[in-house]
Amino acid sequence: MSLWTYANPTRFMSTTRPLVPALGAIAAVFLVVGLVWGFFFTPDDYRQGATVKIIYLHVPSALMAINAWLMMLVASLIWLVRRHHVSALAARAAAPVGVTMTLIALVTGAVWGQPMWGTWWAWDPRLTSFLILFLFYLGYMALWEAIEDPDTAADLTSVLCLVGSVFAVLSRYAVNFWNQGLHQGASLSLDAEENVADVFYYPLLVSIAGFAALFVALVLLRTRTEIRARRLHALRLRERMADA
Amino acid sequence: MKGLKKKRRIQVIAVAAVALIASTALIGYAMRDGINFFRSPSQIADTPPAPSEVFRIGGLVEEGSLARGQGETITFRVTDGAASVPVAYAGALPDLFAEGQGMVGTGRLVDGQFMASEILAKHDESYMPKEVIDILKEQGVYVTPDAEVSMN
Repeated sequence: MSLWTYANPTRFMSTTRPLVPALGAIAAVFLVVGLVWGFFFTPDDYRQGATVKIIYLHVPSALMAINAWLMMLVASLIWLVRRHHVSALAARAAAPVGVTMTLIALVTGAVWGQPMWGTWWAWDPRLTSFLILFLFYLGYMALWEAIEDPDTAADLTSVLCLVGSVFAVLSRYAVNFWNQGLHQGASLSLDAEENVADVFYYPLLVSIAGFAALFVALVLLRTRTEIRARRLHALRLRERMADA
Repeated sequence: MKGLKKKRRIQVIAVAAVALIASTALIGYAMRDGINFFRSPSQIADTPPAPSEVFRIGGLVEEGSLARGQGETITFRVTDGAASVPVAYAGALPDLFAEGQGMVGTGRLVDGQFMASEILAKHDESYMPKEVIDILKEQGVYVTPDAEVSMN
C-alpha cells in the first residue's frame, strides 16, 4: 500500500475523521500544560525578568508560521507534479492557520522588543523577511479567491508558494547569512550548545508540541471542509444540469 | 502547467527552483551591506563614514567605559574585539543595556565620536533563571557570560 492511496478524497476523509478530535485533544492538553507551566511555574530570567515568558508564545508560533509555509510548499509541489486535488486543498487549508501563527509571532515579538531592545520594530533582516512572509500569506489567500477555475488557481498559488518559500527560509536562516542584525540567533537548535536553561526549555518544548498538534488538527479539519465544499459545488452543478 | 506532461512539469519546477535560489543568493550577496542592520567598529575604523551620514553601529559595550556625563549625556565605548568607537548619547536606555552586553546605536560619526540619536539593546540567546545567577554570584563562581564575544 503506497502513501498515495491517501490522495484519494474518500480514503482521506475516512482516515482523518477520527484524527481531528484526537489531535485536537492532544493539542489542548499540551497547550494548557505548556502555557500554564510556562506562565506560572517558571522563574524570572536573570536579565529579562518576567518578559521572558513571551517565549512560550513567540517561539512556537514563529516556528509553526515558517513550518506551515514549508508544508504548503511540499503540498503545492505534490499538486504540480502528481495532480492530487487533496494536496492542493491541503495547501489552501493551511494558509489561514499559517497567517494566524505569523501574526501571533509578529505581535508577541513587538511586545517583547519594546522593553528589551527598546523598539517595537526594526528593519533587521530576520524581522523584515518574516514581515514579507506575512504579506505572502495574504497574497496567497487572495490569489486562491481571485481565480474561478480551481485547477488554474491551484497552479498559480503553487508557483506563488514556491517564490514565497525564499522568505520562509530566509526568516529562519537570515541570522546565519547576514550576521549583523538585531534579532538574536536560534535559541533552540539540535547541534549548538544549550543556550536556554532547562527550567525554561521543557515548558517551551511542551508548548511547541501543542502548537504543532494544533496546526495539524486545524489543517486536517480545514482540508476536510474544502473537500466537502468542492463536493457540494459538484453536486450543485449536476443538479443544474439535470434541471436544464 | 495544465498542458504539460509530468516529466516536463518536473523539469519546469527544477529550473524555476534553481533560478529562484540563484537570484536570491545574488541579490543577498550584492545587497549585504544594505541588509545588514548595523556596521561593526572595525568596519567604521576601516572606512570612516562622512559626518553627514546617518548609520547604525553595533557591538559590545566595553567593560568599564560607561560614564554618566554632565546632565543627561552618557558616554561609553562600543567594541567588537578588534576596534572600538566612543559613543555619546542623551536619552532613555532599554532594560537590557549594560556593560559587556550587545547594543545597536543609530547616529552620525562626528570627529571620531559616534553621536547616537537612538540606542537599542541586543539580546544574546541565553536564558537563565534569576535565582541561579544570584546563587552563583554569592558563591563568586559567576562570570558574565559575554566575556567571550557572542554577537553571533
